[in-house]
Amino acid sequence: MMPYDLSPLWLSLRVAVISTLFVFLVSLVLARLINRRDFFGKSFVEALILLPLVLPPTVIGFGLIVLFGVNGPLGMLLEQWFGFRVVFTWIGAAIASFVVSLPLMYQSVLAAYEKVDPRWENVARTMGVSEWRIFRTITFPLAWSGILAGLILAFARGIGEFGATLMIAGYIPGVTETVPLAIYFAYEAGDMEKALFWVVIISSLGVAAITWVNYWRKKSAIRIGRE
Amino acid sequence: MLLVDFQKQLDHFSLEMQFELDREILALVGSSGSGKTTLLNCLAGIVHPDVGTISLNGREFFSGGQKPLKIQKRKVGYLFQDYALFPHLSVEQNILYALSRGTDVSHITELTKILGITGLLGKYPHQISGGEKQRVALTRAMAVQPDILLLDEPFSALDDANRDRCQDELLRIHQQWQIPIIFVTHRIADAEKLADRVLRIEKGQMTEQTADSY
Repeated sequence: MMPYDLSPLWLSLRVAVISTLFVFLVSLVLARLINRRDFFGKSFVEALILLPLVLPPTVIGFGLIVLFGVNGPLGMLLEQWFGFRVVFTWIGAAIASFVVSLPLMYQSVLAAYEKVDPRWENVARTMGVSEWRIFRTITFPLAWSGILAGLILAFARGIGEFGATLMIAGYIPGVTETVPLAIYFAYEAGDMEKALFWVVIISSLGVAAITWVNYWRKKSAIRIGRE
Repeated sequence: MLLVDFQKQLDHFSLEMQFELDREILALVGSSGSGKTTLLNCLAGIVHPDVGTISLNGREFFSGGQKPLKIQKRKVGYLFQDYALFPHLSVEQNILYALSRGTDVSHITELTKILGITGLLGKYPHQISGGEKQRVALTRAMAVQPDILLLDEPFSALDDANRDRCQDELLRIHQQWQIPIIFVTHRIADAEKLADRVLRIEKGQMTEQTADSY
């Protein structure tokens, strides 16, 4: 028997899986654009993507409330079109996780794309192959080890998100209570044992993720570059 | 017929090219960094000239002011100097990469036999030697049956026996396909054996060489 209700773990996993999925798709496209195209305001767009790395979580949470709040522009749109609210729901937690893990994933994907020698893509082009097929069969497979490392980091960051989540999703046990929130409120209530239980769980996940990413980087560093 | 007449500013000099090439084999000679590879890259569409024109058999590759023809549409076979084999694909997958299913590959099977790489088909690029990579890359460049072949130092890593074999095969392919072939070499003997014409490029300026001025 588990000593505590495990719903915070399942919620955290759900939030992290969904936010990581979107982070994965958005990063692939954004990093490709930044890597390959020159356009006006490129540095500004890149700074915007990386901004959550240096902002306090409260600022991110505040920004999300302004955007997705009941009276916020995106919040109103989502409620009118799809009939759902972001604030005080697990979707809000997923959006907060998305915003904080996007820069980590974006940086990993960009570095992974930069490692793919443009000659490989060029030789494929001379063979008449379409850009999409080149991406699918050359760029993506060769960038995969870096992309996967980014995915694990983004997932770990997403599962540990606290400040912005608290601001936009609030603390509603069973609804928006993720593991980091459970730790904070257990501690606040003086339930140190419960707080420690969740600290051990989330620390183990973090250590496992970082160990695996380091192992994978070393392993792929040996593989890549052997032409 | 390949028509080339363009200028491109490089770091320390301007590359100025003007020549016509029928279904001949042209050797490019000249010291390193003189613009030979840039010329091949301009023909392939990887980089673009600043001004001028490039056309092949009436198809405009580049014409100042207009959008250059996409690399994919140029039908160029290009062997890169350091081969650029796809590291995650086997030799066979490298060679057949661009071909769709059901394509007749008899000419490729023959090429692999003649160039002695049949035994390598299941191996990966990191498992084969430099000379073998070069022959694989040569086969890959020819597999798509291009309208023009661009070869950047195609024989540099080959021993004498394999060099002769590849050169004979190139001459046979040329005889059969009747396409222009441009290759970069540092060996005068390669130029003498293969080329109908030789261009020397030094600091972006070209001069046509005659057989007795090599």
